[in-house]
Amino acid sequence: MQIAHDILLRSYRSMRTIRDFEERLHVEFATGEIPGFVHLYCGEEASAVGVCAHLTDTDTIASTHRGHGHCIAKGVGVDGMMAEIYGRKTGVCHGKGGSMHIADLSLGMLGANGIVGGGPPLICGAALSHKVLNDGGVAVAFYGDGASNEGTTLESLNLAMVWQLPAVFVCEDNGYGEATGASYACAGTQKARAAGFGMPYFDCDGTDFFAVYEAAGAAIAHARAGNGPVMLHVQLARWYGHFEGDAMTYRANGEVASLRAEHDCLKNFRQRVTEVSLLEPSALDDIDASVKDEIDAAVTAAKNAPLPEPADLEADVYVSY
Amino acid sequence: MSKKSFRQAINEALRQEMQRDPRVILMGEDIAGGQGGTAGVVDAWGGVLGVTKGLYTEFGANRVFDTPISEASYIGAAVGAAATGLRPVAELMFVDFVGCCLDQIMNQAAKFRYMFGGKARTPLVIRAMYGAGFNAAAQHSQALYPLFTHIPGLKVVVPSSPYEAKGLLIEAIRDDDPVIFLENKVMYDDEEEVPDEPYSIPFGEANLTREGDDVTIVAFGRMVNFANEAADRLEKDGISCTVVDPRTTSPLDSATILECVEDTGRLVIVDESSPRCNMATDVAALVAEQAFDALKAPIRQVVPPHTPVPFATVLEKLYLPDSARIESAVRSVMAYKKAKQDA
Ligand SMILES: Cc1ncc(C[n+]2csc(CCOP(=O)(O)OP(=O)(O)O)c2C)c(N)n1
Ligand SMILES: [Mg+2]
Repeated sequence: MQIAHDILLRSYRSMRTIRDFEERLHVEFATGEIPGFVHLYCGEEASAVGVCAHLTDTDTIASTHRGHGHCIAKGVGVDGMMAEIYGRKTGVCHGKGGSMHIADLSLGMLGANGIVGGGPPLICGAALSHKVLNDGGVAVAFYGDGASNEGTTLESLNLAMVWQLPAVFVCEDNGYGEATGASYACAGTQKARAAGFGMPYFDCDGTDFFAVYEAAGAAIAHARAGNGPVMLHVQLARWYGHFEGDAMTYRANGEVASLRAEHDCLKNFRQRVTEVSLLEPSALDDIDASVKDEIDAAVTAAKNAPLPEPADLEADVYVSY
Repeated sequence: MSKKSFRQAINEALRQEMQRDPRVILMGEDIAGGQGGTAGVVDAWGGVLGVTKGLYTEFGANRVFDTPISEASYIGAAVGAAATGLRPVAELMFVDFVGCCLDQIMNQAAKFRYMFGGKARTPLVIRAMYGAGFNAAAQHSQALYPLFTHIPGLKVVVPSSPYEAKGLLIEAIRDDDPVIFLENKVMYDDEEEVPDEPYSIPFGEANLTREGDDVTIVAFGRMVNFANEAADRLEKDGISCTVVDPRTTSPLDSATILECVEDTGRLVIVDESSPRCNMATDVAALVAEQAFDALKAPIRQVVPPHTPVPFATVLEKLYLPDSARIESAVRSVMAYKKAKQDA
């Protein structure tokens, strides 16, 4: 599959941004300065980026508690995200939401979500908007293997089929819901679940950007063309604990080390594009350096940003009252 | 007797009741943890905050059930199991997740006994954590006990300390009605002396953590601690308070609340749940209706604003009632002078 240079560069940059953002949060969280719960997306970058590479600001996504990657891939700025995670007034949600609630509706980013399975029904609604308003948009729900067991998710698969919505259900299967393995918690297969609803099904290796890009392209094209909803099953793995502070006692020793060594989407991307001289290593090095600066700047700015003010407490509960 | 944390007190209550009664079972997400994991370790978590740690190891797979992330089905299963011979204790993790399974609680468990003409028993406990102060933001910080209190057929427990938690949880497990047992997530490491042997604390009997002459403070859950702190400081200025911990919001010990207000003539209510239709409004209505003549000052409520719980620490601090706000509410009712009434 031929992918244009600018898409390759943009995608690499996006994946690198997610990686550095998350690795940096891991370090900063350990200092105790970051409040609340933080769930890192490291290791899963190719999924968010491979899917969102096919989307525009007209299209809508709904994310999860592990949402930083989806936000960055959909174009939310790292400055506003970092400030939000630090609980600052300059954050995308003015410090009201934090890591689990980063949202920017102007970019079609319907929010990370603290409620597992909260996204799929919302995406049925977003897809309905696209359909009724006839704006050509599609709506994409990212949800985990754990979330695939929520009634809300299963009902949404059915509703989307019944209403023939331009919806894409991206099941990010990292093998765990918190400390419990998918092999314990998920009966049957996602493929069979899709088939049960008569929904077209695509799958891919979520640690390989090119595989995700290709499968997501086909899935999204199907939905965008008005052929109804689809499921995209993305097999991947997270590199950190469920949340920061999780000692991962349920994972085998060495599991993460071998993922880092063999299933690093960034390393694999670099190898793939430089081997065949699609991109120069120096172009990727430049991106690496500039992303590093960008993340440094975001953290410094967030730490120095003003806190919310008392009046913010009661603002924005209602549009009018 | 030994020092135990809130977490240990709850764990001990569960263990002792499971030892006593083979029909007591546990279910919830990651309450053991590690099943299907590559380490091959079960009981890897013991719940997201470690409250049920060790119980899978002690009681095994036929008593302790990890669930898929499917609240509607497993909470419903707990209801069904309770109606058919087991005594399940289901953990909902964060009480905010009740949005995913409210039907099974509100329309099923709560209604069975009445709707079936008294023929059903649903000896079920649903444990969940509640409360702000953890920077857990709007979907993981609510204090939803008024929501459950509103529903006839449910009993609702809001323990204020490790000692209270153990005795009230044992009572909840032995109770034949569905009980919602809400644990403040900020309190898990609080410690106090807790008896090693099992004991139970009856529902609907308020605890007076101190008795005074000037002001009655009714507080719920964690707010009882704040009320005690405020009362300590006020004592130094010669203002003596009665602090009432109702322990359960349903049933509510109205008699004790009314007696205390009759004695002191002043009432401050502290409730960390959203201010409309919460326990503070409920208690205020009770006292206004039944102890009006005893009141020397208007009833004061110390409650959060009518907003979702904010994330940022500065805002969350402003949101949550604290001992300083309780203290100033008490001072304001003490300072109140009745305006001369028109003839
Ligand atoms: C309704 C609901 N139930 C439970 C939780 C607690 N919780 C947060 S994340 C999570 C695991 C989700 O697993 P999965 O969907 O596979 O996503 P992953 O964390 O693996 O990305 C759980 C149980 C929640 N936030 N909301
Ligand atoms: Mg998962």
